[in-house]
Amino acid sequence: MKTLTQTLLFFVALIILWAGVTGDLAFIGIDCTLWSPYVLPSPSLVAQYLWDNTVNGKLPLSMLITLRRLLIGYLIGLVIGVPLGMLAARFHVVRNTIGILALGFQGLPSVCWVPLACIWFGQTEAALLFVVIMGTLWSVLLSTENGIRSVPPIYARAARTMGSSPLHTLIFVTLPASAPFVVSGMKQGWAFAWRSLMAAEIYVSVISGFGIGQYLHYGRELQRMHQVVGVMFIIILVGLLADKLLFSPAESWLHRRWGTARD
Amino acid sequence: MNTAENTHPELHEFPTASLTVEHVCKSFSSQNGVVQALDDVSISIREGEFVCFVGPSGCGKSTLLNIIAGLEKPDSGRALINGSPIEGPGRDRLVMFQEHALFPWLDVTGNVMFGLKQKPNLTDKERLEVAKYYLFLVKMDHFAHANIHELSGGMKQRVALARSLAPNPKILLMDEPFSALDAMTREQLYGDIQDIWRKRKKTIIFVTHNVREAVCLGDRVLLFSPHPGRIREEFEIGLPRPRNINDPALADLSRTITSALKGYSSEAD
Repeated sequence: MKTLTQTLLFFVALIILWAGVTGDLAFIGIDCTLWSPYVLPSPSLVAQYLWDNTVNGKLPLSMLITLRRLLIGYLIGLVIGVPLGMLAARFHVVRNTIGILALGFQGLPSVCWVPLACIWFGQTEAALLFVVIMGTLWSVLLSTENGIRSVPPIYARAARTMGSSPLHTLIFVTLPASAPFVVSGMKQGWAFAWRSLMAAEIYVSVISGFGIGQYLHYGRELQRMHQVVGVMFIIILVGLLADKLLFSPAESWLHRRWGTARD
Repeated sequence: MNTAENTHPELHEFPTASLTVEHVCKSFSSQNGVVQALDDVSISIREGEFVCFVGPSGCGKSTLLNIIAGLEKPDSGRALINGSPIEGPGRDRLVMFQEHALFPWLDVTGNVMFGLKQKPNLTDKERLEVAKYYLFLVKMDHFAHANIHELSGGMKQRVALARSLAPNPKILLMDEPFSALDAMTREQLYGDIQDIWRKRKKTIIFVTHNVREAVCLGDRVLLFSPHPGRIREEFEIGLPRPRNINDPALADLSRTITSALKGYSSEAD
């Protein structure tokens, strides 16, 4: 409860401050407008934009398009990244080749793939997906590898003496043992996927669907800063919700069960 | 918890085995050159015997245990169980490690069931029955659904013992299983392990660096010395059972063995 109060108070104060410096509080006599709405739009303008475009269905539709891309790209990234990470943990040759490649590509902001993606795939869904996969894959691969290598070898030894075959040990011992690390990696992968998709949508306009990032792009083109801030607000909200509703509960459950909780 | 008393036929089988180690050598290369962990070691262990390996660290006692477990291969020589060579790990020889090695993603029963699930010809209901019996045997039946990290060190080792016993191995290999526990907990376990050994009639090999522990538990104590790892002497322990670690006769015998062990260690320096 205390946590929630602190968080709420902080954000209320932040919004009041923002309202104050953009002229929204003029109706109660506080008007210390510092910037014009073209530089920093007021909360009321942003709220108005979000409300209108939610009611007319534009934002919900673009959210649907964006989340679909995110989910597909992220899942492909997981499906390729997790097994490759397992192979890298198991075989030196994979670690010395694909592992190093992953380390290099992980350091590359995925927006750097945009020019190539546009040439290879044109302005299509595939180009967007490609950028998202490039953003997700490498970090998922590396954290899976790291997770599996952090599993105490004694678990596998114990399993083997109990008659567990190598495949059985991998599925029923090594995988669950590395679960806390792999889930942390999946969370990181999700964050990378989200960033990548926004970058891709801002740079690549696709006929097949107008995503949330494209609204931000046109907000910039048309000098509609309240639109830009409104879309930023949505992007932040999606990130927060994914963390608080999806990953944090899973992580805290794993840490409690595995006995690695910090508090 | 009388319901857990012997009801299943599986619990009335008492498989045991003899063990022979013939001229086993094993060396490891490290940064400081080659370490001769075992140099021409031979032993013969009877069915149902409780044998303790004692020696300072680096004397090869754990290496020998791993070779018997099938987790490591000797450079030369061989180990045989009931006359047939040991090729790899097997359910007939289960290991209990120094650290408990319990799986934190499974609860207490889940851990005991892990080895049982590898055993064919049992239904899940029968497995559960067997698991219950062994948890009862190690006095952990009240914690059947506890999570592993909720248990104390001694309780974890009790569960690990139940997990090793449950598939009914012929030989139980114990690698310094009590060394991380406090003295009080250890004393209780000395009593319990003797009791379990009497009830389940297993061949037990118990590795320790604690002479008194070895004298309290073993029918026979084998003294190892390091550089290179060898068996230097063996003592038949004729003290009546059940033994109490605080028994004066046991203390006297431990003193004799400890001085022998010190002699070998100073020789090695």
